Amino acid sequence: MSQFFTAAVLTSTVAAGIALATPFLLAALGETLGQRSGVINLGVDGIMLLAAFATYYVALRTDDVLLAILAGMGTGLLMGVVTAAVSVTLKAEQGISGIGVYLFGLGFSDLLFQKLVGTPLPITTPPQVGIPLLDQIPVLGGMFFDQSPLVYLAFLLVPVVAFVLNHTTYGLKIRAAGENPAAADSLGVSVARIRWSTVLLGCTFAGLAGASLLLYDGIFQVNLTQSEGFIAVALVYFGAWRPSGVMAGSLLYGLVGAIILTWKSLGIIPLSGSDLAATAPAVITVLALLFVARRFRQPAALGKPYEREA
Amino acid sequence: MLGWLAIPSALLGALVLGAVMMLALGANPLTGYRALLVGAFGGSYALGSTAFQAAPLLLVGVGICIAFRANVFNIGGEGQIAMGGLAGAATALAFPELPSVVLIPLVLLAGTAGGAIWGAIPGFFKAQYNVNEILSTIMLNLVAVQVMNYLLAGPMVDHSQASVGGLIPETQLLSRNAWLPILVPGTQLHLGVLIAVLVAIAAYLLLWRTTFGFRLRAVGLSRDASAYAGMPVKRTIVWAVTLSGAACGLAGSILVFGSISHRMVTDGSLTGFTGSAGFNGIVVALFGGLNPLWTIVSAFLFGGLIVGGSALQVATGVPSDLVTALSGIVVVLVVSLEYLRRRARSQSTALAAFGGANPPTLRRGEPPPAAAVGGDGA
Repeated sequence: MSQFFTAAVLTSTVAAGIALATPFLLAALGETLGQRSGVINLGVDGIMLLAAFATYYVALRTDDVLLAILAGMGTGLLMGVVTAAVSVTLKAEQGISGIGVYLFGLGFSDLLFQKLVGTPLPITTPPQVGIPLLDQIPVLGGMFFDQSPLVYLAFLLVPVVAFVLNHTTYGLKIRAAGENPAAADSLGVSVARIRWSTVLLGCTFAGLAGASLLLYDGIFQVNLTQSEGFIAVALVYFGAWRPSGVMAGSLLYGLVGAIILTWKSLGIIPLSGSDLAATAPAVITVLALLFVARRFRQPAALGKPYEREA
Repeated sequence: MLGWLAIPSALLGALVLGAVMMLALGANPLTGYRALLVGAFGGSYALGSTAFQAAPLLLVGVGICIAFRANVFNIGGEGQIAMGGLAGAATALAFPELPSVVLIPLVLLAGTAGGAIWGAIPGFFKAQYNVNEILSTIMLNLVAVQVMNYLLAGPMVDHSQASVGGLIPETQLLSRNAWLPILVPGTQLHLGVLIAVLVAIAAYLLLWRTTFGFRLRAVGLSRDASAYAGMPVKRTIVWAVTLSGAACGLAGSILVFGSISHRMVTDGSLTGFTGSAGFNGIVVALFGGLNPLWTIVSAFLFGGLIVGGSALQVATGVPSDLVTALSGIVVVLVVSLEYLRRRARSQSTALAAFGGANPPTLRRGEPPPAAAVGGDGA
């Protein structure tokens, strides 16, 4: 245990935890936008898988990381069109349609991978970028300010999303669509248009999440996400529909994951014990769901398609 | 009119999209689908394999029917299957000497109990604290996969086999007395298939021929109205998810004792053990209109897709993942068409209202109106 509490190990563990938290955070922020407007998107995991493959494929073929990230986001946007059409326009049951999107993403991403790539080759991952001056701070600099650019972007999006939701007209419309769509409608807000926009944005975020996961791993494999997209949906509840809460939950998942990895490699816990330790975030999430269900109210129209009364 | 057509049209739509995908990947869809059909249903061996694949799908599908009819979304099939498999395997490891007539029912019951417990937890949280069951069941999947990896690499590991990197995470060869007997020699059709069909029939009778089933469907249609009528709403919800988990747990046990290796093995993921049956069972149940009897047909169809998918891969080079993608499309289409169907129905009910027709009732074997399938998200 003592070898864990050294500056170097702690620094690398926290840094890894923040990097691991990034895909969760991006996906969960996107999901927050959708849920605040009343739409649950359970297909996040499938969208992340498709976006991860798109990112991988473009990076492999062009060696252009920026283009690869855009491909991931574009894939997310495209799946957003499908999700919005099904959930908003066709008013499908969101808890089930999301499972369909997930299965499609799971199958189709691997199908494309096997057909178009076959043998897994690693791609060149983007270098970490130190933030000048800040990365010189002892210990903290190495933990927080020597990360991949997508990590900074994800954490910058937290205040941005919070500001949009709480302090802009667009945010007000989103919340109105999620709390009382009939009232929003009577005031001339197009509930369908608001929900389409949040779903498109949210799925683009999910695409970015898939891209960031892929660029962190540097290689594609079947079911790369290991349910991270589903966890992201739960993190929205965990964070009680607030971007800051969502960030806290994402960091919890990232840090616990990084600590377990470090402990495993240092031999502090045996391999089999690490499996049990890995249940910790899920157990904490279930308990947090219990707590949130009692303390916070979810958006009143969450999961309910809006239909104007005749 | 659109009512019963919605489901076949969803399959047709998915097959058309699948053909487009095959064309885009440079394969001939006709060759592909022919190979799929022959691979799945051509000959007794193929049929046996289809039945072998259908059994877990059917059990999970029945579980999903029960939960969805109570308007509870059980997405935790994967974890419940794993817990069922573990409970069954542990029982066989503990009592290997028992004769088959005792041991087989015992391991199946243990599996059922394992899944039931894993279903009861989210059911209790839902009923008592209004915790969103979609999320709690997904989280319990994540707990189950780690418990499975822990048990199969630790307490339940086969100590006789060591690989280069340590012990292989799998149980020893399970007692021969617990193997599910093959019903048709020369095929993979084992006792589990028969059990799954019987469970489906029993679930149908439970849902439409008993007071409990009536109560469960009433709670699914309207929790408030059921409470007003004096029904024990909370207890019914807990029972619905528990039974749903029980069916999934039985599927897990059947996966272990009907498997070819007769061990429980993990590759570190739930899918590695379940073959995604926990999710595919949702597809199967939806495709069966949330009716256990139709789910039998639907399970054999999707079991056939899985078996035929491998034949399709051999014939065209299109990976069998195509089948998973198609299942996803089927789900999306079924729930999307549901809206059009509801609209068609509400127009006809509006007309009927003018003619003083009967009020809508809980009709036998008919999927609930979408409002009932639709959750309140909490």
